[in-house]
Amino acid sequence: MTIQPLPRWADLVLLPVVNLAVALLAAGVMVWLVGQNPLEVITVLVHGAFGTPRGLSYTLYYATTFVFTGLAVAVAFHGGLFNIGGEGQAIMGGLGTGLVALWLSASLPAWLMLPLMLLVGALFGMVWAAIPGYLQAYRGSHVVITTIMFNFLASSLLVYLLVNHLKVPGNMSVESAPFAKSANLPGMHTFMGWLGIEWPKSPLNTSVFLAVMAAVAVYYLLWHTRFGYELRATGSSARAAAYAGIHPNRQVIMAMGVSGALAGMVGMNEIAGVNGRLMLEYVSGAGFTGIAVSLMGRSHPFGIVLASVLFGALFQGGAEVSFEVRGFSRDMVVMLQGFIVLFSGAMAYVMAPAVARIVNMMRRSAATAPSDKGAAHG
Amino acid sequence: MSDALAVEMIGISKRFGPVQANADVSLTVARGTVHGIVGENGAGKSTLMSVLYGFYTSDSGSIKVFGEDATIRNAHEAIALGIGMVHQHFMLVETLSALENVMLGAEPHVLLHKAEAQVRSRLTELMESTGLKVSLDALVGDLSVGDRQRLEILKALYRGAKILILDEPTAVLTPQETEQLFGVLTLLREQGTTILLITHKLKEVMRLCDHVTVMRGGRVVEEVAIASATIEGLAEAMVGRKVHMGRVDDSEQPAGAVLLQAHGIHVRDVMGVVRLHDLALELKAGEIVGVAGVSGNGQSELLEVLSGLLAPGQGHLIVGESRFDAGSWIDPRTARKIGIAHVPEDRHERAMVMNFAAWESAVLGYQSLPKYCRAGWMQHAQMQEATTNMMERFDVRPRDAQLLCASFSGGNQQKLVLARELGQAPRVLLVGQPTRGVDIGAIEFIYGQLRAMRDAGCAVLVVSSELDEILALSDRVIVMNQGHVAGELPIAECNEKTLGMLMIGGGRGKAAIVSKGAPA
Repeated sequence: MTIQPLPRWADLVLLPVVNLAVALLAAGVMVWLVGQNPLEVITVLVHGAFGTPRGLSYTLYYATTFVFTGLAVAVAFHGGLFNIGGEGQAIMGGLGTGLVALWLSASLPAWLMLPLMLLVGALFGMVWAAIPGYLQAYRGSHVVITTIMFNFLASSLLVYLLVNHLKVPGNMSVESAPFAKSANLPGMHTFMGWLGIEWPKSPLNTSVFLAVMAAVAVYYLLWHTRFGYELRATGSSARAAAYAGIHPNRQVIMAMGVSGALAGMVGMNEIAGVNGRLMLEYVSGAGFTGIAVSLMGRSHPFGIVLASVLFGALFQGGAEVSFEVRGFSRDMVVMLQGFIVLFSGAMAYVMAPAVARIVNMMRRSAATAPSDKGAAHG
Repeated sequence: MSDALAVEMIGISKRFGPVQANADVSLTVARGTVHGIVGENGAGKSTLMSVLYGFYTSDSGSIKVFGEDATIRNAHEAIALGIGMVHQHFMLVETLSALENVMLGAEPHVLLHKAEAQVRSRLTELMESTGLKVSLDALVGDLSVGDRQRLEILKALYRGAKILILDEPTAVLTPQETEQLFGVLTLLREQGTTILLITHKLKEVMRLCDHVTVMRGGRVVEEVAIASATIEGLAEAMVGRKVHMGRVDDSEQPAGAVLLQAHGIHVRDVMGVVRLHDLALELKAGEIVGVAGVSGNGQSELLEVLSGLLAPGQGHLIVGESRFDAGSWIDPRTARKIGIAHVPEDRHERAMVMNFAAWESAVLGYQSLPKYCRAGWMQHAQMQEATTNMMERFDVRPRDAQLLCASFSGGNQQKLVLARELGQAPRVLLVGQPTRGVDIGAIEFIYGQLRAMRDAGCAVLVVSSELDEILALSDRVIVMNQGHVAGELPIAECNEKTLGMLMIGGGRGKAAIVSKGAPA
């Protein structure tokens, strides 16, 4: 028995769609088993996520963060590294964004302040990822282990700084003082207002454009620059990279650095865009969701954007479902997300042989029917 | 029954998409003979054997084994019929012992220690009668390649194989191990085992086989008894035209200026084992220097040191005006810059990135050249155009620059790598195993290209484990033994005997030094 490989379009588009369908089907069965109507749930979910400008805004707000963390995972992955530290790098990014805002927002105008926040946030994330990169390249500590540990370090550091240094005295909640106005990224309703379009107030802010730009930039970086060429060469074969005069060790650090910088940009959405102050829990698992997003998006920026919107829709639509549908708790939504991660991440290729067989069968009948020439197609 | 046929395959056809891998192939193998199946890559010999072993089901045709009609749908059914196969890439678990590997999947008892005892006694008998000696308790990971192959054969015999299919068995063996293998196969034949030998080494066919089937383009083009076959005839049948594999009688031209000098090179590996010991070497313009030696005597390290992949502990290197000492050794990037091109031995892991498209691997190592990269941006159009030209010049097939490197056959991958390295007009060309896994037709072409480089004034160093290749290409031969130059001979004094003696090493180094002074 031979398994013929899937054509590229099927691998990139068809397979994820099939996986998603299977996941929804499995989740639907679960929903049905607990006595709910799957159709009602999915209707509410889709409507909640996309049906209203407000729902759509929330969906895209969540997606923005996932794009950053998903891209972070993808860049590392192309460099042959599994960066599980997106969570910690995003926390550090937010911390960098917040610290520079607390320090300078009173004295700098927005056009200077916001780019500076982006830069410092990315820098914090970069350094936080480059350290495990260095440890892997020169000290042989595996990056999967160290990045996980660095997640805890980042989270603890944030708590320490907030509780002991940044918290406003007399305030009950653990959060810093609010930034001056110049450090707040305009919300989408403000932005649309400039264009004369009415848009409901929501956490969605202009960092969504930054996310799209980041996705485009990552595409060009990976496939159109020498940096990307050398990164992918190292990721595919360190020995071939060494042969090509590339320093695999240095490449590991740089790949992790870029990866961390992307994760660090989460701060622009959560800190500069939404909260306007430093606080706890602004990443809340998005670093890990990024892994699922990257897996589902086949580590391609375009796929990652699509997968981010899907996960954003699940978060937003799921919240809506737990609100609207009686007896459908938040846990059921988590279960639904779990199925999607399972089928399109961990079991991404379980369906591949079946899909390949069907695709090849269709091709064969298409190839033999119209012409006898037997079009040579690799 | 002595003249019964072991295998009859009649009218086998197998198609993969648009590729007709086997077209109406018939094969008859007499019991107790060694039957060679030769052909270039893609000629369909592996497909045919996979049909026999049950990996593929043929589209049409029938199979008889020992005179009985057989349908073979998987390896289990093949084994049940007495067919065993030794794959080119061994199917062994490295972390299990030799004994456990044989037993795996065929445990004769539910209790492991009883099963082991039974298998051990049976295997000891087998080893006695066949001369296949393997230390049963060693981990497979610790065994040499030759040992692993013997273990694979033992495994097949243990499972009752009376028909043994060997896929390119000597591709990974040293000459000595090849000798041993041939001894074993001859013995097995005497004991009545039928052997099917897939190979492209015609010398081995002539030595070992009783019959030979030549395949080309999915069809059988010739089937002869070895007594009436010649190497030239078989080669012609394989390729479909006359091929010349041996030495081209070139007009002797004196070698030119010294382009590369290495002195006192010492290399220890991570385990502290000495790999190169006080090695010295000179490469001159317009000559091909062949490096002969049993695999693992430092040839690979020599290539890595000269190409900058490995920094030696001691020694220095002079290339043109540049001098490199042990502390600040040349790196691959600098090496390319000063005109050293390197075709690595290991095509899959070094020379290409297998999941890159051909046009991406076609600039590997040269990705910083201004024509491929401007201000950090890769120039896709130029890269693709250059690749198309390389493919045209070196006849890489299929001529599709977009195809993944892994999708090309070994020979075509090698041609693409050669095209890349030769295309930069290097002053020094280092080539490891130029034709490993390459078809005869392509070998002839590659030899021609290497000679053309020499004639253009390039200093060429060829490391090869094939003595024939060394003899066919070199103007001067260096023999390595235990990380040291055991001797150096002008080609006029080289033959299998003189080189073979130096390769084994020992006190014969002296003879080499004497003959070194002799006029060429």
